[in-house]
Amino acid sequence: MLALFYIFIGVAIGVSFWQITRILNFRGVIANDEDNAKQGKYSLYFLVYLYAIMIYCLIAMNVIMLPESASIEGEHDDRLFNITFWLIGIVQFFMQFLIFYFTFKYKGNKNNKAKFYADSHKLEMIWTIIPAVVLVVLIGYGLWQWNNVMDLDDEDAVVIEVYSYQWGWHARYAGEDNTLGQGNVNFIEGINTMGVNMNDKNSQDDKQVAELYLPKGKKVHFKFRSQDVLHSAYMPHFRAQMNCVPGMVTEFGFTPKYTTEEMRMQSEVIEKTKGINIVRAAKGEELYEFNYLLLCNKICGTSHYSMQMKITVVEQEEYDKWISEQPTLATVINK
Amino acid sequence: MSEHHHKETFVTKYIFSQDHKMISKQFLITGMFMGIIAVLMSMLFRLQLAWPDTSFTIIEAFLGHHQTDGIMSPDIYLALVTIHGTIMVFFVLTAGLSGTFSNLLIPLQIGARDMASGFLNMVSYWLFFLSSIIMVISLFVEAGPASAGWTIYPPLSALPQAIPGSGAGMTLWLVSMSIFIASSLIGALNYIVTVLNLRTKGMKMTRLPLTIWAFFITAIIGVVSFPVLLSAALLLVFDRSFGTSFYLSDIFISGEVLHYQGGSPVLFEHLFWFLGHPEVYIVLLPALGITSEVISTNARKPIFGYRAMVMSIIAIAFLSTIVWGHHMFISGMNPFLGSVFTFTTLLIAIPSAVKAFNYVTTLWKGNLQLNPAMLFSIGLVSTFVTGGLTGLVLGDSALDINIHDTYFVVAHFHLVMGVSAIFGMYAGIYHWFPKMYGRLMNKTLGYWHFWITIVCAYGVFWPMHFIGLAGLPRRYYSNTAFPMFDDLADIQIVITIFALVGGVAQIIFLANYFISIYRGEKATQNPWKSNTLEWTTPVEHIHGNWPGKLPEVHRWAYDYSKRVDPNDDDSDYLHGQDYVLQTTPLLEGEEES
Repeated sequence: MLALFYIFIGVAIGVSFWQITRILNFRGVIANDEDNAKQGKYSLYFLVYLYAIMIYCLIAMNVIMLPESASIEGEHDDRLFNITFWLIGIVQFFMQFLIFYFTFKYKGNKNNKAKFYADSHKLEMIWTIIPAVVLVVLIGYGLWQWNNVMDLDDEDAVVIEVYSYQWGWHARYAGEDNTLGQGNVNFIEGINTMGVNMNDKNSQDDKQVAELYLPKGKKVHFKFRSQDVLHSAYMPHFRAQMNCVPGMVTEFGFTPKYTTEEMRMQSEVIEKTKGINIVRAAKGEELYEFNYLLLCNKICGTSHYSMQMKITVVEQEEYDKWISEQPTLATVINK
Repeated sequence: MSEHHHKETFVTKYIFSQDHKMISKQFLITGMFMGIIAVLMSMLFRLQLAWPDTSFTIIEAFLGHHQTDGIMSPDIYLALVTIHGTIMVFFVLTAGLSGTFSNLLIPLQIGARDMASGFLNMVSYWLFFLSSIIMVISLFVEAGPASAGWTIYPPLSALPQAIPGSGAGMTLWLVSMSIFIASSLIGALNYIVTVLNLRTKGMKMTRLPLTIWAFFITAIIGVVSFPVLLSAALLLVFDRSFGTSFYLSDIFISGEVLHYQGGSPVLFEHLFWFLGHPEVYIVLLPALGITSEVISTNARKPIFGYRAMVMSIIAIAFLSTIVWGHHMFISGMNPFLGSVFTFTTLLIAIPSAVKAFNYVTTLWKGNLQLNPAMLFSIGLVSTFVTGGLTGLVLGDSALDINIHDTYFVVAHFHLVMGVSAIFGMYAGIYHWFPKMYGRLMNKTLGYWHFWITIVCAYGVFWPMHFIGLAGLPRRYYSNTAFPMFDDLADIQIVITIFALVGGVAQIIFLANYFISIYRGEKATQNPWKSNTLEWTTPVEHIHGNWPGKLPEVHRWAYDYSKRVDPNDDDSDYLHGQDYVLQTTPLLEGEEES
């Protein structure tokens, strides 16, 4: 099999070299009017191709996009993204048109003369100032939103520690006192997989879980730690991401807007799920149902590509019930 | 200089040559060799991404014990993307691009007999060669080459327990890169000194071709930022081998707590990106410089807004050194820093926009000679715009949160610095091939090469934006672990097909290049009817570039289609032709543009 493969490669290279040497026998190395006319035309065809794939992707790939933000803070991200995207989209269509249409329109000919046009302060001012003004708006909105997202001051927030290791996630809820006990890798031992200091009184009521449950409509304050290498806690549906860095605690927060059930009923999600399930059915795999996910988004080794944790958003009552059923660390570890 | 010929042996002429023209060819061919390796790697991992469960003979043939039954292992996948990135960014687009064209063009276009130090120039090449050899050797290490991403973030890159590639592979990577940095510093210092000191009579800074401005500023950014990467790498070597804790703290791995205390990977990220971001412009600016020259020459028009072009190169260079934090918005650094870096980052859009608009205005009402070099330059403007625009999304910290490290980023930087810089490099090769070998490359093959490449480049990278917006992280060995990405499988296949066709199409270029060296049509002295000084040298290479006296410069480089009355388009060409060499004195009463 391998020999056949090498023979095939050898033949392919041989044939292409033969063809190429034939072309090389055509002399003529500098574009003449005929070449200019031809290449000018091709540049117009290319413009059509470019527009075609741009528009096709914009329309056809709408269905694969992430659904609307599932966190309240993320709404502005979506809006800012839409504004930016429309803006750069328009500029993109306009500029590509100019580039390839000019290539066609002004293709060289020995009867033509180029215009001697070396400078225009007016034009240059225009295309310095317009982008500058537009940028002020984008930067302004962007910075406002950045501060908005990064503002984690909320006394009532649910405090959760998310802990990454090669290759998986743990999570710890802060419990009754809403304060996490101290954690450090030196305390890792047996079932104390997150390295919680059990001598810290704040640790006693903490609750370690394997899956995240979040209450709808309440701010969640995440604190991230990592056990070994860099990881990144990426929760795309909530427009949330933060690196997990060994040796330090990083933070992020958001307020879930829709429960998992509500999200499943959204038209965008239904559409996307349908698309996914067509693929899965064809492969004979079990059907997919929408779930929020936490994935790792920083290269971290062999199983980086499968490191994940399920997130479920539920109504407050259901959350209260679920959290009360989870055992505290004191009962689990100090048993 | 008196006409005395050095006695040249084969070794001093072709191997340990101190002639900048030979050294530039050495850089180019070494860069091309490394480029072939990197392209092959990308084709292998694209196969994996498109058909993760399919067995491929080619994978079996290439990857040895890193594959089972024609399916690559996750570790070697990470190694392939790491080495692909490293080779492309440093070996091809830094040394291959800057090394080739700065060496070839700086002395020729400023009217110098050679570089300021021919010896250091030779040392720079041979260090680059050595680092390339070490990088290639690292591919054959038992546990695989470096696999922590081209950004080699510790602790992953520091601990062999974390990933097999962080053992001997990583050591070789660090050695190779340290030598590479030395090479690039020696080269850059040489370029700076040459441009400042060896300009011929009349070649004022304001008369330099934009190529030289670009190489000059690039060299300055290199000198400012590469040493920081060297120190980052050295500290990493200390952490790896001598037990220090610059980047490491509180680590539990393979069942034990390591002794490291008090370091932070975030420090490494700062040091790395202090080079890493300027590096983008080290790659891009020379390509933009080449494009300015090629577009102006082939449009038979002066480059529009020469002063603005120079100012924007300087502005981009300055800003490039204060934006590195936009790679780290979600690294855990203080959010206030995120605000600052968003601000400086988005400012870069202004000089970049000026450059793009100026290129388009140069095309306007030109008499475009659509040679392959010109098409590649136009292609560069196109991909630079496409890739640059998405920078507005990524540079905005609030938006970056959700698309950081997704395929959106991969699409963005491949277009704006990968494809653009490669296009600039191709444009340069097609344009200056006669200055390298005294022959010209075949245009029919050039056209095939260009159109297939640009169609494939967009076919690969345009759809890639959308799988990024679907939330797909980069550096995933396969997306089969997440049902939510199952609907992206078809797009991955389309991208791979474009990538394979585009990759194989580069054979057209290689064949054209190597066959033209021996069989290409003989070049005339000034085949593109260009104004710059390199076209006043004889076709046959001579040591010292010009026989007899050095040329004297009387005007800027862009007097194309200048009329007797510059404001009257209907008046006759100055000197009766649509170009005026820089050596032509100004006529009485003629104003310099």
